[in-house]
Formats: sequence, structure tokens, C-alpha cells
Amino acid sequence: MSPAPPRSAIRVWLSTIDHKQIGILYMLTALFFFVVGGLEAMAMRAQLSAPNLKFLAPETYDQMFTMHGTTMIFLVVMPALVGFGVYLVPLMVGASDMAFPRLNALGYWVTLGGGVLLYASFLAGGAPDAGWFSYAPLSEKPFSPHAGSDYWALGLLLLSAGSVIAAVNFVVTIATLRAPGMTIRRLPLFVWITLVNSVLILAAMPALNAALVMLLSDRVLAAHFFDPAHGGSPILWQHYFWIFGHPEVYILVLPAFGMISEIIPVFSRKPIFGYGFVAASTLAIAFLSFGVWVHHMFAVALGRVFISVFAAASMLIAVPTGIKVLNWAATLVGGSIRFTTAMLFAVAFLLEFTVGGLSGLAFAVVPIDWQLTDTYFVVAHLHYVAFGGIAFALFAGAYYWFPKITGHLLNEPLGRWNFWMVVIGFNLTFFVQHILGLLGMPRRVYTYPDLPWWAVLNQISTFGAVILGLGALVFVANLFASLAFGARAGNDPWDAWTLEWAAASPPPTDNFEHVPPVRSRRPLWDLKHPEAPDWATRGGG
Amino acid sequence: MAPVFHPQSPEAHAIATIFLYFLVLAAMIFLVVAGMVGYSIVRYRARPGDADPRPTFGHRRIEITWTVVPLVIVVVIFAFTLRTMAGVDAPREPDRPPDLTITGHQWWWEARYPNGAMTAREIHIPAGRRVLARIESADVIHDFWAPELGRKMDAVPGRAGYIWLRADTPGTYAGTCSEFCGVQHAGMRFGVIAEPQADFDAWVAQQAETRAADPGERLFRERKCGECHAISAKDDKTYTGPPLAHIAGRRFLGGNLPNREGNLMLWITSPQSILPGNRMPDSRLPADEVQELTRFLETRR
Repeated sequence: MSPAPPRSAIRVWLSTIDHKQIGILYMLTALFFFVVGGLEAMAMRAQLSAPNLKFLAPETYDQMFTMHGTTMIFLVVMPALVGFGVYLVPLMVGASDMAFPRLNALGYWVTLGGGVLLYASFLAGGAPDAGWFSYAPLSEKPFSPHAGSDYWALGLLLLSAGSVIAAVNFVVTIATLRAPGMTIRRLPLFVWITLVNSVLILAAMPALNAALVMLLSDRVLAAHFFDPAHGGSPILWQHYFWIFGHPEVYILVLPAFGMISEIIPVFSRKPIFGYGFVAASTLAIAFLSFGVWVHHMFAVALGRVFISVFAAASMLIAVPTGIKVLNWAATLVGGSIRFTTAMLFAVAFLLEFTVGGLSGLAFAVVPIDWQLTDTYFVVAHLHYVAFGGIAFALFAGAYYWFPKITGHLLNEPLGRWNFWMVVIGFNLTFFVQHILGLLGMPRRVYTYPDLPWWAVLNQISTFGAVILGLGALVFVANLFASLAFGARAGNDPWDAWTLEWAAASPPPTDNFEHVPPVRSRRPLWDLKHPEAPDWATRGGG
Repeated sequence: MAPVFHPQSPEAHAIATIFLYFLVLAAMIFLVVAGMVGYSIVRYRARPGDADPRPTFGHRRIEITWTVVPLVIVVVIFAFTLRTMAGVDAPREPDRPPDLTITGHQWWWEARYPNGAMTAREIHIPAGRRVLARIESADVIHDFWAPELGRKMDAVPGRAGYIWLRADTPGTYAGTCSEFCGVQHAGMRFGVIAEPQADFDAWVAQQAETRAADPGERLFRERKCGECHAISAKDDKTYTGPPLAHIAGRRFLGGNLPNREGNLMLWITSPQSILPGNRMPDSRLPADEVQELTRFLETRR
């Protein structure tokens, strides 16, 4: 028997079950698809840069917005958040890995498989083109005869399975692998929120899976779940899809909240204001998120009483969300604020997300929804949440944790360019889209007539998108440049307080030589300040 | 002027009003957050050599305040929402037949009236009076939206919705499909034409008249135009394409092509160059037949 050859780098990455390597794989996958989804957005903005353009054919445009939405949600934000979680949760709770390392690897490869399947549709006769929400009967065989929608449904089934796998692993890891002393009330907020979020994933994904199986049955087996001519109902699809779809919005945004809850305190040099309220409001959001889905269907004739119930829940969910925003803002008050790039993104997040949250509240006011749903006002709103909220938090998280992951600091001057180009580009792109909605421009149109103001506002939006795109490229460049040439970070470059900063940068395979004692929410603060440890005061938890 | 804030009916006006109040409230809330953040980043920016501030962990009374105050705000918004909903929305199951039925097709709008009149794209209503419109779909989900006149309503196959349609003054009010419905979703524009009651009555009676026979009608049938288009008024069948019984009296062909000299012939020849992907194939008819069909259709006023 010949000795085993030394394992090549490729084989190491293909066969890894180390949570840090899997986390990096998730994040690189998200980065790759971020570029792809961004190019799809650029193609759309080019087509919309003037009225009646023929840059993209309508079929191509429909594929672009379907793939852009599906990609950004399922192949960028989901893997990015899971990637950060898989990387950070074991470190933050003082564990050496996730509870189920092999399951962890399975989750990643299933997710990647879903992405590959989704994009294979381009080679199989055309990408899906019925929108990321894929409303029946438009997505049914008679109206979407090519295979795109089949690839969409199958790809999403895999991606959904990947999310469930990750969620189970998070729940068990957080439940069983916490360091001694790390009670549930001492969990870092990112971990707390990941726990709640995992429960949300486990509860929401079955509705999506059921809907996808019904859609596939209709398409492939000639079933009639959504076909009104044979006793089916197109509204059934909407109920199933949004019972998943609205909790999904919170699934995407909660980990972003978690990151902000870690980053703002460290750079304000103060513990989070109102830990208990931030944690409890997460539970309230998770609970209410299952009672708001019909606000995506207010334009359907469903009856006023029925609709009112969901309007009430949709308004109520603004309360715990508002509590969070105010607590983050209050954390700044009385602090000693250090404007690193991570903090710039976190502070910008506060403002952009507040805009997105308020414009979202508008859609709970049913009569406003009756005017503005499915217009560019929605496009503006959702991007203030998805980009101004989630993506800004991810940028902040990247600048904050990159030193831990690679051992190098991201370049700060490049970070400033990254930040300002993204902030300016983002607001130029999306703020004017509120106005386009008020002017009557519907969503998902491949072109538009030359009505007053439509052309100039769309031009501004496209111009902003170019700046935003370049700003995002600066980020990608910064990642690779800093990986090669970045300054050494050391274990704890930010003078932070949670356990991951007690490990080496990057952490060795087993993460910790020995885990510091946990007697409060800020174990490293206690270590550095034996004269005034948190456990001696209210911060003990 | 943004049509949402240019309401031309009491229903649209009520929505614009609650929206304006909401915008003012949202701006105030935003200013509170922006004020807190703005003040902090100026006042509490770290200066070189600053030590960490003394830790504080929260403040129960402040937390309770900013839980209760938003709760109260939300309850007030909800009350106004219910009131406005009741004021602008038609009953879900009305106790009388509709004044007109509007049907979404891929990718055009059809309107039928009780006297048998039917038309496409241009929806006539009497001005100053509230009419009950039934919204349906012949294929996928569409959405009927004329922002100056009021709420939108999804057109769902197998499920009718009802809206009040009203314009205070005569005029043409632009509308569009507001639910993605396939390739020519963008081309699915329409107009609501409000006219004085007498004009409306004359129009709807005229639309229901059948025309005298015409030699061009033979060619229309031979070339199978009639497979997809109704050529006689009061035809109950569902067609793929819009009715042509009174095509010459309409202002637009397809979504946005003005019904002017030459455009009808252009549409008959190459509809795909105007609205790519729409259900009508380019005809490839000899020029003399196109001319004869155009002449014939231009008599259908």
C-alpha cells in the first residue's frame, strides 16, 4: 500500500468540515453571486436609462429581474449571513466547531448546488422569468412553457434545504456548546439573534417547500393546485409563498441587526443600550413576522376585515423594530465614537434602514398600499431595507471581522472610498425611485413611455447605480488587496469584548487554547478591566 | 404633478390625504432618529487620548417610553386606516350588477358594458358619477390601476374584484397594469375617458351598434383575423385579441401607438416591432390585402 499523497489545497477546501473554512466558502460564494446579481441589476438600469430603449429584449429583461431578486436573496444575503454565522457563532460562544461539522459541510454544498442548478437554466433554454415571487398562473406551464421555472423551483428546494440544515446546526450549537458561564442572558446579541433566526428558518421554509412542490406538480405532473379552470386557486400560491416570504424578510434582516448590535457598541466604547429590550424585541419580531404575510396581497379582493387583521400586525411589527433602532442610537449617546469604516457603515445603516422601515410602514396603511404596491415606491422601499439595511450591515461586518478571519486589516482609505461611493450611489439610485412610484411607474416593466419626469429620474437612478457598482468594486478590490498586503491585525484590533477576539487571528483549527472565563456579556472587558468588571454591575446578565 | 397626489375623485382624494398625513408623521420620526444619531456623531466623536466612557447598560423608563409611544402612534394610524378603507373601497360582494366589467388579457384591457358594448384599452365612464367596475382576468394575474382615480385592484383569474371608478371632471386619466403579467406587462397601458353623461350615453349606445356588411369583412374572415378578434359588437365569446367592431374610434392601438394615419397599417404588418412578444404574429400578408384590411377597419368607427 502506497502512502497517501499530501492533500492539495483544493482537496482541503473540498473536503473541509472546519466551521471557519466552511464559513469562508459561504462568504466567497455570496461575494461571487453579489457580483453576478449586481451585473444583472446594471443590465436592467442600462435598459431603463431612457424611455423606449431596445438594449434588452423584454424576455431578457424579465429573466434579469427574476434572477437578480432570486440571486440577491438566496445566493447572496442568505449564504453571507449563514457564512458569518457559521464562522462566528462557535467562536463567540467559545466552542471549537459547530455541533455537527459534517452537516455543516453538507449545508454549504447543497446551497452551492442550488445556485449552480439555478444558473444552469441559462444553458437549458432560458432562465426563469416569472419574477422571484413566481406568481401562478404566470409561472404555470401554459404561460411559462420553457424549463426556467422548473430550474427555479428545484434550485430553491435545494437552497431551502441548505438553510434548514444550517438552522438546525445553529440551534444545537448554541444550545449545547456554550462556554461555561455563558447563560442565555449573556449571549452576544449576534448569537442571540442567530438563534431566534434559526427558529424562524425552521418555521418558514416548509411553506416555501410545499409551494414549490405544488408548482412542480402543476408543471410536470399536470396537477391543478393553482389552476382556477380545474378548481385550483392562484391565490393559494400567494398565501404559501408569502407565509414563507415575509418571515424570510426578517430572516434576512435579523442577522444584520445582530451584526449592528455587536459593532455599534464596540466603536462607541459602550455596552449596548438595553440588551434585554434588543433581545426581547427580536422575539416579538419573530412572532409577529408570521402574521403579516397578507400585506403582500392587499390589492387582491380579500375582504376588508381579513385585510385589517394583517394590517394591524404589520403596523405592530414596527414597534419592536423601532425599539431596536432607538437602542442602537442610544448606544451612541455618551459614547466615545471611533469612525472606522465598519462604524461608518453601521451608522449609515441606522439612517438608511430607518427610511426603509418607515416606507415599509406605509404599506401597512392599506389605502396607501392600494395606490403604491407593485410600483417603484416598493422597489425603493425594499432596497432601503435590503441594501441600506442588510448590505450596509454586511459591509460593516466585513470590515469588522475580516481581521479575525484573515489576520489582516482591511485598508481604511480604500474603505472610505468604498463607503462614500456606496452611500452616494445607493441614495441616488433608490431615493428617486420613491418619486417614480408616486408618478405611477409600475415595477417589472422592461421599458416605459416618455412621460413627464420619468426619463430624467430614471437617468439619475442609472447614474447612481454606476457609482454604487463602482463602490462595490472598490470593496472587492479592498478584500483582495488587503489579503495580500494588509496590515497585520493582531488578535484584538478593535479592543472588543466578545470571545472571538480572544482567539488568534486567524484562529487555529481548534479556535481557543483556553476559553476565558465568562461571567458577563463582555468577558474580554472583564479580563481587561479587573478593577471594574461588568459582572460586578448591571451588565452581568 | 404626481398622479397619486393629483386625485380626481373623492376616493383618490381620501387616499392622498391619509398618505400626506403619514408622510409628515414619518418625516418627524425620521428626524428624531437622525437627530439622535447626528447629535451623537458630532458631540461624542472620540478624540485622541479619550478613555472609554463609564459603562451604562440602559434605562428602564426610557425603554418603556419608546415602546409605549410608538404603540400609541400605531393605534392612531390603524384607526385612520380603517376609516379610509371603509370610505374608498367598494363592497367585496356588491348587491347589484356592475356598471361595467373590465377584463385583463395578456396584454390588453377589455371593457364590457351591460348593453353589450365592448371596447379595448380606452375605458369610458360618465364623469361626476360613481360607477361600479368588476375587475376580472382572462389568463394570468393583472392589476388595474388608474392612480388619479383611486385604488388599484388585482385581476385574478377565477376571482372577481370590485372597485368604485369615478372622475369628478371630464378628461382622460392614464392607467397601467400594475402586476407583472409576462412579456408585454409594460405595454399594458390604458386610459379612463370620463365624459359628460349625455356623451357617455351616446358613446355606449354607438359602441353597441352593429355595422353594415362590407366586402372587406370577407378578407378579414379568410385571413383568420376573426379567430382572435371580435368584429361585431355584442359578441359574447372570449377572444385572445381586442374587439375591432369600433376600432377606428379608439385613440390608441396596442399600449401606446396613437391611432393615426398609417399606424393601423403598421400594426397589421408588424405588431412585433411595436410590442415585442405580444400575442399577434407579424402578418406577412401581401401589401394589397393589408391595404384592404386597413381600409375596412378604418370604417369601423
